[in-house]
Amino acid sequence: MTSIPKELDPANVPDGCQPIITVRGLRNSFGEQVIHDNLDLTVCRGEILGVVGGSGTGKSVLLRSIIGLQTPDTGEVEVLGENMIGREEDEAKNIRRRWGILFQNGALFSTLTVAENVEVPIREYFPGIKPPLLDEMASYKIAMGGLPPDAGPKFPSELSGGMVKRAGLARALALDPELLFLDEPTAGLDPIAAAAFDELIKSLQKRLDLTVFLITHDLDTLHAICDRIAVLADQHVIAVGTIPQLLALDHPWIQEYFNGPRGRAAADSYEEGATA
Amino acid sequence: MAEVTEQDTDHPRGSVYRVAGTINIARAATTQREIDALPDPLTIDLSDINRMDTVGAWIIYRTVRDRGAKVIGASRDEVSLLKQVGEFDKPTRVVPDEPHNFLAGVRELGEWVSETGVTLVGLLGFFGSTLIGFANVIKRPTRRFRLNAVVQRFDVVGVRALGIIALMSFLIGIVIAQQGSVQLAQFGAEVYTINLIGRITVRELGTLMTAIMVAGRSGSAFAAQLGTMKITEEIDAMRTIGVSPVEALVIPRIISAVVMMPLLSFWSMLCALIGGGLFVWLSLGIPPLTYIQRLHDVIPLTDMWVGIIKAPVFGFIIALAGCFQGMLVQGNSEEVGTRTTNAVVQSIFLVIVLDAVFAVFFSSIGWV
Repeated sequence: MTSIPKELDPANVPDGCQPIITVRGLRNSFGEQVIHDNLDLTVCRGEILGVVGGSGTGKSVLLRSIIGLQTPDTGEVEVLGENMIGREEDEAKNIRRRWGILFQNGALFSTLTVAENVEVPIREYFPGIKPPLLDEMASYKIAMGGLPPDAGPKFPSELSGGMVKRAGLARALALDPELLFLDEPTAGLDPIAAAAFDELIKSLQKRLDLTVFLITHDLDTLHAICDRIAVLADQHVIAVGTIPQLLALDHPWIQEYFNGPRGRAAADSYEEGATA
Repeated sequence: MAEVTEQDTDHPRGSVYRVAGTINIARAATTQREIDALPDPLTIDLSDINRMDTVGAWIIYRTVRDRGAKVIGASRDEVSLLKQVGEFDKPTRVVPDEPHNFLAGVRELGEWVSETGVTLVGLLGFFGSTLIGFANVIKRPTRRFRLNAVVQRFDVVGVRALGIIALMSFLIGIVIAQQGSVQLAQFGAEVYTINLIGRITVRELGTLMTAIMVAGRSGSAFAAQLGTMKITEEIDAMRTIGVSPVEALVIPRIISAVVMMPLLSFWSMLCALIGGGLFVWLSLGIPPLTYIQRLHDVIPLTDMWVGIIKAPVFGFIIALAGCFQGMLVQGNSEEVGTRTTNAVVQSIFLVIVLDAVFAVFFSSIGWV
């Protein structure tokens, strides 16, 4: 086991960091299989934190633990200053109101149109907002998600994969959240659409001052938009830092991941893009 | 929390809306109401605002857009947020356009008629492709016949249905005996309760009730299974590999339903007779041996044939409707539910229609 420098230690809170999500000593297991053990992580206000890890390392389980869909065996999870462990759906509403979540496959409600999907969280938390303001809100959120105006009255089954993700993002943004969770936002998109989606996330993050927790496999996304990257391996976050910081570690998985052929290609293209 | 510090409605040149603190989604409804209450020309003073989110910005933007309001005292951040939300101003549409008038009614009727026609033709086509599938299987039984799949369906459709069909039939037998004996007692003819139970269960109810149970249990399952496989593209995957979905999925289900229906019907008749026998024994004091002897005397063998001959036909209809509806699924998961409902409704309806046809047919050939 390589020793991790203090500033890359996941338990360490960086200087000037205002923690939005704090995970301490998290343990998750399904039967005999231990997914996470003694996992620590801190997400700071205003950053885009990318979470990477091999398949089956429990990236999505970590997300589910943080947003309260999965009750961990032990450990503490604090989001926006509130403990999220063991909270039922109808509890901690003031926290749920302040975050938005884009699920991997969009998870749009299939019987509602895109615009109605976006209106669901608004209607739930702010029943006082009536049409036409409500409809206009849905409409500008849809435009913000990068969809054309005629997407509003369409049903999810009529949308392409990329449009489903954008519609899911529009719904996640419905309540003007401070915190955005994205589960593999660019998976299944073509490179052009994926790059456009990265751009969209970055610009929204700047515009709306969002904190973004982003799970991804996409090396281009990591290079293009992530401020820090948390590496999930060996049942916990082994290090959190920028790509150059992580590359300085001689952990085999990190080296393989960032210095493998795809990792190099993504890094090169990003550097070219930055210098061009 | 923001406070409306001044709503100067008596202002000689219109009104001024001035709020302090936060203007965000939590205050959206209130803010909109307050703005709506003010007369034109309106001036919005943002100098005391310290936090504004996109919803707040949108409300101000639309007030400017729709009422030509003037905004004063906005900080640089607020001006840029207002400009940014303005970029996202696109035509608003929430639901697809649907005319609500006489024409829409006519269109709906037309769609329904054409859909029914397409379904009927489709069912016929599906029936045809099933027959072709059968022909292929018969031509090369060793390679095309999927014994494992068929045996597995036997278990699911037949063996696992034994319990529920036994219980249902047993109870129906008791109900028929009880109701029949009450009515027949008025003529002092309680002993004919046995004729009633024997003939009605063997000739009609055993098969019909089994068909309804199988339609609910297995027909729906067929539609849901195939529908889900359609959505997850498993059926497309089969086609590309060169496996015919009709041979691999439809034919085993049809065979299992066709073979299991007569067996289950016989089982159902038996259980109904036992239920009725128990009732006449306990209530009318007719001992089981006498009951069986009477049954033997009053039920002609043709009744048994009437009941059993219908069963495989019903099984075929149920499996065909279930598989057909399942294969029609496309698009979203909601469709699976609709198609499953259709499968059950369609198969029960067809079973009852065919039952009537059979009743007329058997009477006319002298099996009364």
